[in-house]
Amino acid sequence: MYWDIFHLMRNEILIIIAILTVMTVDLFLSKNKKHHVIRLAHLLFAVILIWSLLPGKTGYLFGHSYLTNPLINFFKAIMNIGVMLIMLQAVNWIKRDLIPQGFASEFYILIWASLLGLNYMISSGDFLMFYLGLELSALPIAAAVAFEFFRKRSAEAAIKYIMLAAMSSAIMLFGISLIYATSGSIYFHDIVNTKEMPLLELIGFVMMVSGVAFKISLVPFHFWTADVYEGAPTVISNYLSVISKGAAVFILMILLFIPLRRYEQTWTIMLYVLAVLTMFTGNFFALRQQNMKRFLAYSSVAQAGFILLGVIGGNVRALETVIYFILIYIFSNVAAFGAVHVIAMHSGKENMKDYEGLYRTNPLISLVLMLALFSLAGIPFLAGFFGKFFLYATAAEKGYYWLVFIAVINVTISLYYYLLPVRAAFLRKSENPIPHFKSDIYTRIGLVILVLGILFLGLYSPVYEYIAEISKIF
Amino acid sequence: MDILTLFVIVPALTVGILLFTKNLRQARLTALAGMLIQTAMAFHLLWRYWQERSAGNDAVMLFTKDKLWFPTWGIHYHIGVDGISVLMIMLTSLIVVAGIFVSWKIDDLPKEFFISLIMLATGVFGFFISLDLFTMFVFYEIAVIPMYLLIGIWGSGPREYAAMKLTLMLMGASALLLVAILGIYFHSSPDGHYTFNILEIAKNAAIPPAMQKIFFPLAFIGFGTIGALFPFHTWSPDGHASAPTAVSMLHAGVLMKLGGYGIFRVVMYLMPQGTLFWTDFFLVLAVIGVVYGAYSAIRQTDLKYINAYSSVSHLGLVLFGLLMLNKTAWNGAMLQSLSHGFITALFFALIGMIYGRTHTRDVTRMRGILRIIPFIATAYIIAGMANLGLPGFSGFVAEMNIFVGGFLNNDLFKQTMTVLAASSIVVTAVYILRVVGMMIYGKPKEEYRGIPQAQWYEKTAIYILIFFISAIGMIPSFWIKFIEPGVENFLKPFLH
Repeated sequence: MYWDIFHLMRNEILIIIAILTVMTVDLFLSKNKKHHVIRLAHLLFAVILIWSLLPGKTGYLFGHSYLTNPLINFFKAIMNIGVMLIMLQAVNWIKRDLIPQGFASEFYILIWASLLGLNYMISSGDFLMFYLGLELSALPIAAAVAFEFFRKRSAEAAIKYIMLAAMSSAIMLFGISLIYATSGSIYFHDIVNTKEMPLLELIGFVMMVSGVAFKISLVPFHFWTADVYEGAPTVISNYLSVISKGAAVFILMILLFIPLRRYEQTWTIMLYVLAVLTMFTGNFFALRQQNMKRFLAYSSVAQAGFILLGVIGGNVRALETVIYFILIYIFSNVAAFGAVHVIAMHSGKENMKDYEGLYRTNPLISLVLMLALFSLAGIPFLAGFFGKFFLYATAAEKGYYWLVFIAVINVTISLYYYLLPVRAAFLRKSENPIPHFKSDIYTRIGLVILVLGILFLGLYSPVYEYIAEISKIF
Repeated sequence: MDILTLFVIVPALTVGILLFTKNLRQARLTALAGMLIQTAMAFHLLWRYWQERSAGNDAVMLFTKDKLWFPTWGIHYHIGVDGISVLMIMLTSLIVVAGIFVSWKIDDLPKEFFISLIMLATGVFGFFISLDLFTMFVFYEIAVIPMYLLIGIWGSGPREYAAMKLTLMLMGASALLLVAILGIYFHSSPDGHYTFNILEIAKNAAIPPAMQKIFFPLAFIGFGTIGALFPFHTWSPDGHASAPTAVSMLHAGVLMKLGGYGIFRVVMYLMPQGTLFWTDFFLVLAVIGVVYGAYSAIRQTDLKYINAYSSVSHLGLVLFGLLMLNKTAWNGAMLQSLSHGFITALFFALIGMIYGRTHTRDVTRMRGILRIIPFIATAYIIAGMANLGLPGFSGFVAEMNIFVGGFLNNDLFKQTMTVLAASSIVVTAVYILRVVGMMIYGKPKEEYRGIPQAQWYEKTAIYILIFFISAIGMIPSFWIKFIEPGVENFLKPFLH
């Protein structure tokens, strides 16, 4: 009995255990021994990661409040991979900036707590669990954004994030209450069966979606993105741009495809408009960014627009292509942020102009950056191309050729700005380029895994076929 | 391992080995060795193809191999060749070898240069063997993106601008192509078993004419842009002028051929009704390209610009020949692709050598180089004669076929267009002879003292190219035998 519960909720339970372990161990470490936490945290999370890769079961707990199936389980594994890779990148930052201040375990506790929230969110079977998960994921991140509180920008970003997140959850909560008021239930599977579709419920639905859109940073809910990404520590921006966004897209699909299926006509139009707005806004704003973190922030806004191309398909195909894309997007974007992070850590520079002549002093990190950006731009044979191609195909299958057309125009626009850092690093020569540096072993392992993922996740088709297989849940 | 996949594996392995080379010497030898193997394989393929056809094998594609890649979407790794692709593979491998010889002394980041160059070649080889739209598209884009680095890092003049313009225009065009490919895919089969397989789509012939009319222009412009279709050719002069020599050679010689080849293999073959509907429109564009390119070449003073516009003009003839929709014109178009590949590569190689010695590409500032570097100057005259269509060289045979094919249409519009296009030959003669007169003849300038003669590696590249230019011109029937069965097969949708 308890073993069953554990088996269904294993990812969440393991994360809680990990959080408690790190917390307890931290109590017994004196201030100059904090760095031991790092190894412990990686070890614990590696166990969680490996465990989560085992195939999952289908089942529910707490009277359908908590659902799980192989797909949800697989998505949790994807998020674990992403968090693991981000943790590997965070090590040098923790060692340099946090440990001298006496922090170390706090980073892991906060990021895992947020991950726990996302896990509950994507497993939710009713709006209550959904909302709790969402809040649990947002609050620790707000604290983590403010980690470098001695930097004004970091504190500002945290305030911005928490205010806007609170605002958007308030709107969403109001939307949920309207849905409850009309349908009389907060359970997804009850809402599916309600027949009427009063206007009130429609309003509730729109408010609720806008709450999720905030997390995905769809236009016009994207205003926080650039400021927060720029102000936050790079690893946290990285987390926000891939893990938190990916989970929000996943739950958006579940919500739209199951309880809100009746509004398909409405949300198709909505997604269409949002996709076009998001792609254009993200791309046009990215064109002129000089700071690499702002640059990646707008690029991630644009990527969210591309993701909607898949979501709009509204079928099993949509599910599988979007999840595949998110997997690839995690690898590409974490690699891009990773490269920016490593360079910033060793030189303190994060503007595009500083990258001039980078290839001649640091060829390997330049290559990582180039591969990541090309993958984001969707250039074959890198993984990003396959991800994007299937998204287009999903939209085209529904006959949205105009949307695909707009998307490919946007890809061309995006190619321009993705080539700018490449131009700086490879084409230009500089009087004082960033000097040669050697990064630590954690970073290197992380980047090697990321590059392998970018190179082979697309070419190796069984990955896609596996996702397609487990996506057939409805 | 089948014979065709090796054409992708060998360059990919060469790139892999290049990663570990230490200096220019190792890099160029590795690149050369890899590409010599590739050339040997190309001739082996030519011979095997000849044997198969002699033995009476009349399948559309030979040496096919089909491997399921993404079952959910019906994406296959499907490869095969006919005579045309075999010749294109031969052309590519020879030009890459010539390009390596020309870049023998590249000093800045040599390893990266050869890696990008061979990566580009990998894409081209893959493109020529693909029979699946998805695979073909993947290889097409692999061929385009290294151009950015090649022009941007090793180029001259406004290289960043040229590289960016070229990349964005070609990738933008390929984006249109992507929409068309998806459109073709989702109408590829009457029963919902969609496929990317070119032969199967053509056999099903299930794309409704209304859809063909929509997707034909997207696909035509998509491929046409890289084939320098007017008015989407503007990337080409800037790109060629800024690119390093070997890249100009490969780009004008091979990469631009992907356009005509793709239109022939995919666009027209899969969408015959669309073709008939749009022929006249694109014919006008092609003729404008032919004439405009030739006239622009007259006005230029930079050797590379002259040759780039000349390429626009001559590749316009390829599109022109294809749009004539008959066997003679198509034979001519394919022969023109081949012939122009060798001629323009020779031109760019020679321009690179002249520039390396005189440090200018401005024809008005050069005089009398025939007496200084006779070998290079003579080769330049030969290239010029071949380019203006002197009998005995490849250009004549190709253009003759195209114009005869054009005139075979009993259609006043098409005949008028043919006459207009044919007028470009005269203009071509003007700009070629103008350059020859200004730059090659006359009394040499004082500052040319001590200019080195052509080196052995430069001579090798020139000999290879001139040999094939004359070989095509002297015995065209041999090459036509390779081209004709392919043309006949792909013309079938138009012969009801």
